[in-house]
Amino acid sequence: MARTGFYQSSLTKKYVMALAGLFLITFLFVHLGINLLVLCKGSANYEARELFNIAAHFMGTNVLIKIFEVVLFGGFIIHIIYGFVLQIQNWMARPKRYKKENFSFTSPFSKFMIHTGIIIFIFLIIHLFDFYFKAKIYGDVKEVIYDGKHYHDLGLLVIDKFQHLGFVIFYVVILIFLGFHLHHAFQSVFQSLGLNHPRYMPVLKTISLIISIILPLGFMIIPLVIYFGNY
Amino acid sequence: MNLTLKIWRQKDAKAKGKFVTYKINDISPDCSFLEMLDILNEQLVEKDEEPVAFDHDCREGICGTCSLYINGRPHGPDEAVTTCQLHMRKFKDGDTIVIEPWRAKPFPVIKDLIVDRYAFDKIIQAGGYISVNTGGVPDANAIPVPKEKADLSMDAASCIGCGACVAACKNASAMLFVSAKVSQLALLPQGKTEAKRRVQKMVAKMDELGFGNCTNTYACEAECPKEISVENIARMNREFLGAKIGGNKKEK
Ligand code: HEM
Ligand code: FES
Repeated sequence: MARTGFYQSSLTKKYVMALAGLFLITFLFVHLGINLLVLCKGSANYEARELFNIAAHFMGTNVLIKIFEVVLFGGFIIHIIYGFVLQIQNWMARPKRYKKENFSFTSPFSKFMIHTGIIIFIFLIIHLFDFYFKAKIYGDVKEVIYDGKHYHDLGLLVIDKFQHLGFVIFYVVILIFLGFHLHHAFQSVFQSLGLNHPRYMPVLKTISLIISIILPLGFMIIPLVIYFGNY
Repeated sequence: MNLTLKIWRQKDAKAKGKFVTYKINDISPDCSFLEMLDILNEQLVEKDEEPVAFDHDCREGICGTCSLYINGRPHGPDEAVTTCQLHMRKFKDGDTIVIEPWRAKPFPVIKDLIVDRYAFDKIIQAGGYISVNTGGVPDANAIPVPKEKADLSMDAASCIGCGACVAACKNASAMLFVSAKVSQLALLPQGKTEAKRRVQKMVAKMDELGFGNCTNTYACEAECPKEISVENIARMNREFLGAKIGGNKKEK
């Protein structure tokens, strides 16, 4: 059968999806690392939020990071588009559904990747408007001076946001869904890329579980500590 | 045992089809599931009604002909058996049993509970073979094969092509079947020669026929009557990636 130039096998799509997803996980760790700095209270050597603001300034201006930012957006877009394409094909593969279905034993969260994915996707857009675009446009972000240099007080933006309980709850709930996505995601990459081994698969599954707890919990700490702590 | 059966009835491939409820009484727990359906059909014939069409052949779990999606699970509630090896003792007196055909776009219903599984043959035709001339019987150990590879290959080769993996998969993906057929050959020296071409052709055919994509959910492995491992899927992913990167033939 003749195929169009765009034909890509199901497996190729999965490789791309897996690599993009793995890249997104590494991004989440970097993102978490920097975000946690916002919780640093001032000391003799630096002011409150100083570390975070300097790090955010670096992330917003460094050329290498800027390039990576494009790669990151690309990674998200590719992961999301492929996620939808694969899922739509999957739905089409069973036009008539069962009356009584899904009583088979399966890995629990793998069945809901598109649902947790869509939740993350919607959150992503809201999140970008909450912080990223505000930080880029700098409309209502205050300036601060450390060692005679001007910085934007992005930390204050974060702390202001999380004074509202509704906001804190929203973030915490979304992060739980991120955990569900990650629980299946990390170990799944190795199956998709054929990098499995009977000896290491249980280890990878444990790492997957740990990641799915550590990352959401780490991000959750920020709104919770800001709201309940004295910030 | 007295049971209520909700069975998918469909006159032919074109008909719309619907569930019909049947009551059946005095079934022995030692009866097999297909025998229970035989009894139902006898009763239907006596009443001058059309018997329920279902696939079966060997009735000893080796041919892969029987199917049936029973109460949300291919081949019913027992582990690692085909429907013909399923017994009524796995059900309780008074149970309602929902019986459906395999549901997948590449497996169209022909009549009632029978689906057309020719799609699997087409995948095999695309590459599930080795090209050698037949001749005299070759010397048994002329080509050394490591024991562990031979074992893995045998395990993969135990696939009977029943299609339960496709029926179980929420995406109607045929990855477990295709990967078993790729693996049984790729693991052996005789199959290595054509391995790169084979995996690409079989995957391309699988996609073309409209099977879904794998999300590593592993319902296939849970329901496979021959307990084919999802490690075969990973092996196929690896083989395919290797063929794409290292093979000189383009995927087509
Ligand atoms: C920070 C965000 C995200 C991370 C770290 C992430 C990570 C991953 C990873 C590693 C996988 C496993 C890939 C594989 O099995 O080979 C995956 C699967 C998946 N992701 Fe995401 N993802 C994220 C966001 C999203 C979003 C926004 C969507 C939007 C629709 C999405 C949809 C999916 C779907 C549908 C799958 C299953 C794909 C399949 O197995 O066929 N993900 N994700
Ligand atoms: S009839 Fe042959 S396997 Fe069930």
